[in-house]
Amino acid sequence: MNCKKYSALVFPLMSIVSGFVVGAIIMLVFGYDPLQNYGNLLVGSFGGAYSIGETLRNMTPLILTALGFAVSSKAGFFNIGGSGQYLMGWFGAVVVALKWSWLPGWFLIIVSIMSGALLGGVWSAIAGLLRAYCGTSEVITTIMLNYVALYFVNFAVKNWLAAQGHDSSATITAKASLRSPLLASLTSNSTLHWGFILALLVCLIIWIYFNRTRAGFELRSIGLNERAAQYAGMNVRKTIILAMLISGILAGLGGALDGLGNFQNISVSNSLPQVGYDGMAVAILASYNPLGIILSSLLFSALQIGGMSMSVYSNAPTEIVSIVTGSIIFFIAIKYAFEIILKKYKLSYPKFNIAGK
Amino acid sequence: MSLTTILMTIISTTLVYSAPLIFTALGGTFSERSGVINVGLEGMMIVGAFCSTIFTLNLAPRLGILAAWLALLIGGICGCLFSLLHAVATINLRADHIISGAVLNMIAPAVCVFLTRIFYNGKGQTPVINQGLGTSTINGLKQIPILGKILFTQTSIIAWIAIIIAVICWYVLYRTAFVLHLRSVGENPAAADTLGINVDYYRYWGVLLSGFLGGLGGAVMAQSITLNFSVSTISGQGFMALAAMIFGKWDPIGSMAAAVFFGLAQSLPIIGAYIPGLSHINSVWFQVAPYLITVIVLAIFFGRSVGPAADGKNYIKSK
Repeated sequence: MNCKKYSALVFPLMSIVSGFVVGAIIMLVFGYDPLQNYGNLLVGSFGGAYSIGETLRNMTPLILTALGFAVSSKAGFFNIGGSGQYLMGWFGAVVVALKWSWLPGWFLIIVSIMSGALLGGVWSAIAGLLRAYCGTSEVITTIMLNYVALYFVNFAVKNWLAAQGHDSSATITAKASLRSPLLASLTSNSTLHWGFILALLVCLIIWIYFNRTRAGFELRSIGLNERAAQYAGMNVRKTIILAMLISGILAGLGGALDGLGNFQNISVSNSLPQVGYDGMAVAILASYNPLGIILSSLLFSALQIGGMSMSVYSNAPTEIVSIVTGSIIFFIAIKYAFEIILKKYKLSYPKFNIAGK
Repeated sequence: MSLTTILMTIISTTLVYSAPLIFTALGGTFSERSGVINVGLEGMMIVGAFCSTIFTLNLAPRLGILAAWLALLIGGICGCLFSLLHAVATINLRADHIISGAVLNMIAPAVCVFLTRIFYNGKGQTPVINQGLGTSTINGLKQIPILGKILFTQTSIIAWIAIIIAVICWYVLYRTAFVLHLRSVGENPAAADTLGINVDYYRYWGVLLSGFLGGLGGAVMAQSITLNFSVSTISGQGFMALAAMIFGKWDPIGSMAAAVFFGLAQSLPIIGAYIPGLSHINSVWFQVAPYLITVIVLAIFFGRSVGPAADGKNYIKSK
C-alpha cells in the first residue's frame, strides 16, 4: 500500500518539475528571464486574496470536466466530448435562468443547475447508447457531438437569446447568480462563487462512488476487462450508458456552474471551449483519482490565472504556460523514462504497473 | 447559373476542403496500421500549417508560385519531425498512446503561437500569404465533354494529387512487402517479432509517415484555405481526419472517400447559397448536418468498427 502511494506521488511531482524545467529552458533560449516570469506566475495566482479567489474560481469547471473524463476513462471509454457537454450545460443553465426568472430564488438556481447538468448528460448519453447498442466508437461520436453542440448553441444564442444583431444573451437575474457577497468579500471582490464549494463536494461524491459503491466497482471492472466483467454477471450495457451519462452530467454541471457563477450570460463562440480539453489533462495528471483531481486542477488553474498576469508584467508570451502544462502531461505519459533513470541510480523502487490504466 | 456551373462550384469547393483531410486521414491510417493510435493528428497539422506559412512568408518574393508547393513539403517535414515526440514516447518509452497524442495537441498550438508572437512582435497571427495554392484548370483534361468542365475546371490540383496518393497508398498497403510487415506489426507484434520483423522499426515508419502526411495536410489547409497562421487555422480538422480514418475502416481508399464526404459537408454552408431551393434554409442545418449524418451513418450501417488488433498496445519484448 505504501509503495502504491509513493508511486502515485513521485511520478507526478517529477513530471511537474520537469515540465517547469522545459518551460525555463525555452524562456532562456528566447531571452526571457525564467525566474522573473515564474515569480510573476506565482504572484498572479497566489499573490493575494483576490488572485487566490480567481484561481479557486477557475478550478471549478476544471474539476468537473476532469471528473467527467475520469468517470468515462475508468470505465474504459475515451470521452473527448467534454467541451460539447460543458457547452450544453452552460447553455441549459443560462436558458432556464433567463426564461424562468419568475421562479423563487433558490429554486431557480437548483432548476437551472439541474437542467444544465442534464443537458450535458443527455449529450454524452447519446454516445453511450450508440456505443452500447450499435458498437459505434465513442471517440467519433463525441467529437461529432462536440461540433453539433457548438453550432447548435451558437444558433440558439443568436436567434433565441440575444437581441437582434447581438452575439450575447442578456445577463441572468441576480437571484439566479451563484456569486456571493460573502465569498467575494473574503477574497477582495474576486469572482469566486458557490460553484467552487459544490465542485469540491462532487469530488468527494465521485470518490465514494468509485471506491465505496458496488456500481463504482462494476464500472472499474468493466474498464479493466469488459469480458471478464460480463462473465461475472455484470450488466455491461447498463454500465456503459450509466458511465457516459454520469460523465456528461459532470461536464454539463461544470458548464452550468461556470455559466451561473462566472459568465452570467452566454455568447456566440468561434471554437469549442478549451476547458473540456484541459479537464482531460487535469484528470490524466491525477491518474483519474477524484481527490487528486482537486490538487491537479489547482495547479492547472494557478498556471492559467498566473499566466494572464505574466503577460502584464513581462513580455514573455502567455503561451509558455500551455507549453509547461503540455510538457507536464508528456512527462506523465513517459514515466517509464523516469523508471529507467531511477533504476540506473539504483534507487530502491517497487515494480509498477506500466500499462497505465 | 447552369447545372454544370453549379456542379463545378460544388465539386471544386468540396475538393478544396477535402485535400487537407485526405492527407491527414491517410497519415492516421499508416500510424494505426502499425499499431500506434494517433489522436495527435491535429497537432501535426498545426505544426505543418505553421512551418509552411512561415516559409512562404519569407521566401515567396524570391520563389513565386514555387514557394507554395515547396511550403507543402516543408510542412510535411516539420510535421514528421514533430511526430518523433509521439514515436519516441509510444514506441520506446511505453507511453499511453492516447495521452501522448493528446499532448501533441496541447503542445503544438502553444509552441506555434508562442513562436508567432516572437516572430511578429507579439501578434498572435501571421500576415496573409500573397501566393496561395488557389484553384486552377487542368489543361488536358478540361477538354473532356461535360465532365471536363465539372471536374477539372477551376479545381484544386492538390486535392487531385491527394486522391492519387490515396490510390497509391492503397496499392502500397496491400501489395508490397514493406507495408505487409508494417501491418503485421499492428496486428500481432509478437508473431511478427518471432519472424524476425523489427517491430520498433516499422512502428517508427508508421508514426513518421503519419507525421509527414499530417503536416502536409496542415500545410495544404494554410496554403489554400486560411492563407495565414493563427490559433484557429486548424480547428478540429485533425479530429475530422481521425474520424474519416475510422469511418473508412483504416483503409486508404475508405479514408479518402470519408474525407471527401467531410469536405463536402464542410463546404455545405458556403455552397448552400448557390444551390437554388436550398438558399433559404437556415445555415445552422448545413453546419450541423455533416456531423449528424456521420453519427447516424456510422450507427446504422457500420456498427462496431474494428481497427488493427494491436492498435494502441505497447509491445514489450519478453526477455
